[in-house]
Amino acid sequence: MLLIDCPHCGPRDETEFHYGGQAHVAYPADPHALSDREWAEFLFYRDNDRGLYAERWSHSLGCRKWFNAIRDTVTYDFTAIYPMGQARPDTAEAAPQASAIAEADPQPHPTAGFEGAVR
Amino acid sequence: MTHSARPSGSTHLSGPTRLDHATGIDRSRHISFSVDGQQHTGFAGDTIASALIASGRIDCGASTYLGRSRGILSAGIEESNALVRVKGRIPGDVSESMLPATRVPITEGLEADYLSGLGILDPGQDELVYEHKHIHVDVLIVGAGPAGLAAAREAGKSGARTLLLDDRSAPGGSLLSSPGRSVEGALDESIDEVPAPEWIEATVNGFAEAEEITYRPNTTVFGSYDSNFFVALEDRTRELVETEGTGSGASAGSADSDRDDTASRAGTRQRVWHIRAKQVVLATGAHERPIVFADNDRPGIMLASAVRTYLNRFGVAAGQRIAIAATNDSAYELLADLHAAGIDVPAIIDSRATASAMAERVVDTTGTRLILGSTVTGTAGEGPAGRISRVTVAALDEDAVAAGHGEDIDVDLLAVAGGFSPVIHLHGQRRGPIVWRADIAAFVPKTPVRDQFTVGAINGDYSLEAALKDGAEAGNAAANRSGFAAALTVPKAAAMTFAPARPLWLVTSAEDDHTALTTHFIDFQRDQSVADVQRAMNAGMRSVEHIKRYTSISTGGDQGKTSAVNAIGAITSILGETDLGSVGHTTFRAPFAPVPFAALAGRRKGELFDPARITAIHPWHVAHGAEFEDVGGWKRPWYYPRPGEDMEAAVLREGKAVRESVGFQDASTLGKIEIRGTDAGEFLGQIYTNGFKKLGVGKGRYGLMCTPDGMIFDDGVTLRVAEDRYLMTTTTGGAATVLEWLEEWHQTEWPHLDVVFTSVTEQWSTVAVAGPRSRDVIAKIAPNLDVSNENFEFMGFRETTLAGGIPARICRISFSGELAFEVNVENYYGLAVWEAVAEAGAEFDITPYGTEVMHVLRAEKGFIIVGQDTDGTVTPQDAGMEWIVSKFKDFIGKRSYSRIDTAREDRKHLVGVLPVDGTTRLAEGAQLITSGTPVTPEAGPVPMIGHVTSSYMSPSLDRPIGLAFVENGRNRTGEIIQSPVAGSLVDVEITSPVFYDPEGNRRDG
Repeated sequence: MLLIDCPHCGPRDETEFHYGGQAHVAYPADPHALSDREWAEFLFYRDNDRGLYAERWSHSLGCRKWFNAIRDTVTYDFTAIYPMGQARPDTAEAAPQASAIAEADPQPHPTAGFEGAVR
Repeated sequence: MTHSARPSGSTHLSGPTRLDHATGIDRSRHISFSVDGQQHTGFAGDTIASALIASGRIDCGASTYLGRSRGILSAGIEESNALVRVKGRIPGDVSESMLPATRVPITEGLEADYLSGLGILDPGQDELVYEHKHIHVDVLIVGAGPAGLAAAREAGKSGARTLLLDDRSAPGGSLLSSPGRSVEGALDESIDEVPAPEWIEATVNGFAEAEEITYRPNTTVFGSYDSNFFVALEDRTRELVETEGTGSGASAGSADSDRDDTASRAGTRQRVWHIRAKQVVLATGAHERPIVFADNDRPGIMLASAVRTYLNRFGVAAGQRIAIAATNDSAYELLADLHAAGIDVPAIIDSRATASAMAERVVDTTGTRLILGSTVTGTAGEGPAGRISRVTVAALDEDAVAAGHGEDIDVDLLAVAGGFSPVIHLHGQRRGPIVWRADIAAFVPKTPVRDQFTVGAINGDYSLEAALKDGAEAGNAAANRSGFAAALTVPKAAAMTFAPARPLWLVTSAEDDHTALTTHFIDFQRDQSVADVQRAMNAGMRSVEHIKRYTSISTGGDQGKTSAVNAIGAITSILGETDLGSVGHTTFRAPFAPVPFAALAGRRKGELFDPARITAIHPWHVAHGAEFEDVGGWKRPWYYPRPGEDMEAAVLREGKAVRESVGFQDASTLGKIEIRGTDAGEFLGQIYTNGFKKLGVGKGRYGLMCTPDGMIFDDGVTLRVAEDRYLMTTTTGGAATVLEWLEEWHQTEWPHLDVVFTSVTEQWSTVAVAGPRSRDVIAKIAPNLDVSNENFEFMGFRETTLAGGIPARICRISFSGELAFEVNVENYYGLAVWEAVAEAGAEFDITPYGTEVMHVLRAEKGFIIVGQDTDGTVTPQDAGMEWIVSKFKDFIGKRSYSRIDTAREDRKHLVGVLPVDGTTRLAEGAQLITSGTPVTPEAGPVPMIGHVTSSYMSPSLDRPIGLAFVENGRNRTGEIIQSPVAGSLVDVEITSPVFYDPEGNRRDG
C-alpha cells in the first residue's frame, strides 16, 4: 500500500486517497470550438506511460484537496508532489520537489528520501 | 536433571529419550498433552513435534493424496508434513487446523490430532479476541537471528524507533539450533568472546532497557507492500491459554512485562500488525531443502538442521543411528554435535568428490566414516509407519548420475542437508530482483528494495561473523537514514569459510525416464514428485510459473519454502541445463505463511463487519417493524409490514395511503451539501444541465448533473438559502461521490470561483410528508406557516418554527407526484418531529412508507432513479429529459450532445413497458427483443433491443408496470415487443413512461 505525501496532511495511507488519472489535461476553454475528434480525444484518450507519469490525486478521506504527483509506473515511487495548476516539474533527476509544496503550503514538510540502495 | 525424572507409564517407553544437554526446555515444568488420543508428556519449551520425537513418535499424518506415511521433516515454519488440528483449549476457543506441529508449543491438557494435509473447519463460534495494531517505526527488522539482533542493537541505541519481529518463540535464529557450549571439532560460535546464548540473552535484555526498541517473538511477517508497508501476525495463543487455563484469577495481562500496551493485549489471541517503516532490515535467514531421491519422504528422513535443533535445543535425539546425506559443509555441524551427544553416525555421505577443510576436520575429530562423491539413492523402511531402516548409497558420476547399485547402510534416521534456500519471500513480494548463486546453490537478493537492507543468511552469507557484521552495519545505516546517528559497534565472532556446495537436483540412475520417478518427492504437502514435473513438461510447459500451476508445487502451506528450489532444480535437470537462474523463480506473493481469517478480520465482525449508518429516527423504524434496505451505507426502512403482510401487500397498502390520504418517510439519508460563496450560482450552472444562478432565494429547483461525456451522473433538488448559499441534495448513494466531484471541478478547473462545499448530510433530519392530506398535517405541526397553495408554491421552501418550538425548513418537493412537503430540522430534533408528524397525521391514518413504495410511486410518474434506471450510458435526452438541458449556457457534458453517437435519434430511450396480459411482472434487468425473434440455439444470437430497468406492481393502476430503455423507443409507442419471464416470452407494450397523472394535477393537492 502506497504511502502518499499529502501536501496538506503529510504522509498517509493510499486508502485515504482517490486516484484522478493523468494530470495536465485541462478542460478545454471552449469545448464547442473543438472538432468531434478533438473533443473525443479530450474525453477518452490518455497517455499510458511506462516510467515517470504525471497524475492527479485527491485526499478524499482527509482534507479533500487535489494535488499533482509524478509517479514511476514501474516502481510506483513518487518523485514529486506539487500543487494543482503548477507546471510539471523537471523530474529527470527524480529529485523530491519539496520546494514546490513549500510555495503553496506555509508549512514545508519532508518528502520521502530517494537515496540509492546500499547493496 | 536427566530423563529419569520423566514420569513413566504415560508415554511411549521405547525410542529416543532426553539428553542431558538442552538449551530451550525447562525440565522443572512437566506438561501433559495428547496427540491422536495418545497421552504424552513434555517440558515447558517443547513444541508438539519435539515432545513427540522425545516420546519416540516421528511419523505424522499420512500424505494428502497418496496416503503415504510421512514424518516430521523440520523444526520450524517450513514444515509441510506434520500438520495438526488443535482442539479449543479455553472458553470461546474453537479447534484450529493445519498448524505445523513444529510450531505449536505444548500447553497443559492440549489435545491435537494429526491431519493428512487437509484441515477441518470448526463450525463453532470463535469468541476469542483478535485485533489489529497500526504502528509507524523508523527501523523494522525482520528476524531475530544473529544478524537481526545485531541490527536491532545498533539501530535501537541510536534512539530510532526500532521494531524487531521474529516468528520463533525465542531469539537467536539459527543459533537456537546450536549446542550453546563448546563442542569438539565444531565451529566456534562464541560472540564477543562469550558463548552465543549469553550474548543473545544480554542483547535482548538490553532491548528491555532501551526506550525505543520493541521485540516481538511469535510474530510472523507475512506480507511486504509498497512504501515499506508490512503486515505481521503475532500469535499469543500460548500466553492466553496458560493465563486463562490456570483459572488463577489473575488478570490476563498481569504477568505481561510488555510496557507499551499491556491492557489492550490482555486476552488477545492473535494480532495483525500493520507496520509502516522508514527503513527495513530483512534478516530472515534460510530454510534447508530435502534431497530428491527415491522414497525421500519416508518417516525418519529429516532436514539436518532440524535434527540439530531437536538435539541441541530440545535435548532430543531424533534417532540412535543417524546417517547424514550432505551436499555442503553445514552437515558437519550436525555431525560434530551428534558425536558430542554420543549418537551413532554410521556414515556421512557427501556429494562432493573431495573433502572440504571443515569435513576433514570434523571427520577426523569424530572418527566418522566419510563417503565422498556419493549420495543416498533410495531408502527402505519397517516398523511403525514404515520408518526408515536402511539407506542405499551409490557413487555419483561427473554429471551427478548415480552409478550402479551401491552399499546399504542400516539407520533409524537419515539427516538430509540438500542446501539452504534463503528466505527471500518478503524481498520477492516487492519484486526485488534476485540472482542465482551457483557456488552456494541459492537464489539471493541481487540488490535490496529501496529503503531496505538484507543481511545474513538471506544473502547466502552463512558465517556468523558476516551475519553480525552485516547486521550491525545495516542497523546502524538504517537508523542513520531515518535520522538517528550512533557510533557503530560490530559484534565479533570467529571467521568461518565454507567450501562450495554440490547440489543434487535429481538423484537417479535413469535420467531418461523421469516419469518413473514417482517417489522422488518435491512438494510433500501436495504429494508432487519429479514424475509430476515431467508430466507437466510433457504437456508442453517450460515456464516455472506454468509448471507450478499444473502441478500445484509450491502452493498450499509450503509456499515454496522447501519445494520451490527443488522444483526449479528438477526442471533445469530435465531440460538438460545446469543454471537454475535461466529457469527462474516463481513470483512471490503474500502471505509468507498461512494466516487465520479470524486474525485478518480482527474486531471487524458481527455488527462491526460493515458498520451501518442510521438516522435519528431509526429507533422508531425498528420499533414499528420496518424491514431495512442498505443504501450508501445507511439502513433505510424498505417497507413496514403489518402482521400477516408480505412485502407486496405492505407496499401496495403504503402506496395507496400516499395516493389517497397521506404517508410519511424518513428522507434523512439523502446527501446534503451546503455550497457557499459569491460564485456558487455560477459554479452550479456549470455542474448542472440547467441554470441555478437566477434561482430566487427561498426557491428550490431539480437539477441533473452529467459527466463530460454527457451521461447522467446524479440528480437532486437544490435550494437557494441565501444570495451566496445553496443547499444541494444528492442521491443517498451518491453523496460522497458528488462532493468529491464538486471539489474536483472547483479545485482543478475553476479555482478562481469563490465557492466552498460542506457535507451536511448528518446535520439534518428530513421527514417527507406526501399525499392529498399532507397539507393538513403540515398545517398542524407548523401553525405559523401559511400552507395554502397560493402562498406556499410548489418548489418553494419556508423557514418556520414548529409547534414544539423547533426551528424547521419546510419545502414543497414531490417525488411521488402527490402534494408533498419535506420537513427539515436539526438532526437532534429528528425523532421528535417524526413523532409529531405521526401524531398530527393520526386522524388521516398517516402511514409510514419505505424506499420500496417510494420507488414504485416515482415509477408510476416516470421519474428515473440514477443508478437504477441509468447506468452511465444514458444522456438526459435518452431519459426524455430535454426539458432540463439548457440551450443557453454551457455546462459539463453539453459538448457531447452534438457528438455523432449521442446525437443519434435511435438511441435507447426511456419508455414504459406494460405486460399485455396485465398480470405478469417483468424482471428488472431482463432483456427485450422484437416480437417473433427466434430464440433457439439453431437461430444463433438473439438481437437485444433493450432492457427493463424498473418493474413493480402498481398500487394506483392495480397492474404491473415497468420502465425500460429500448432502441428508438419513443418512436415505437404502442409496439408489442417481448421479454423473458420465468423461461417463456411475454408480450410487452411500449408506452409513455408516465403512467399516472400525466397532467400533473395532483401536485398542488
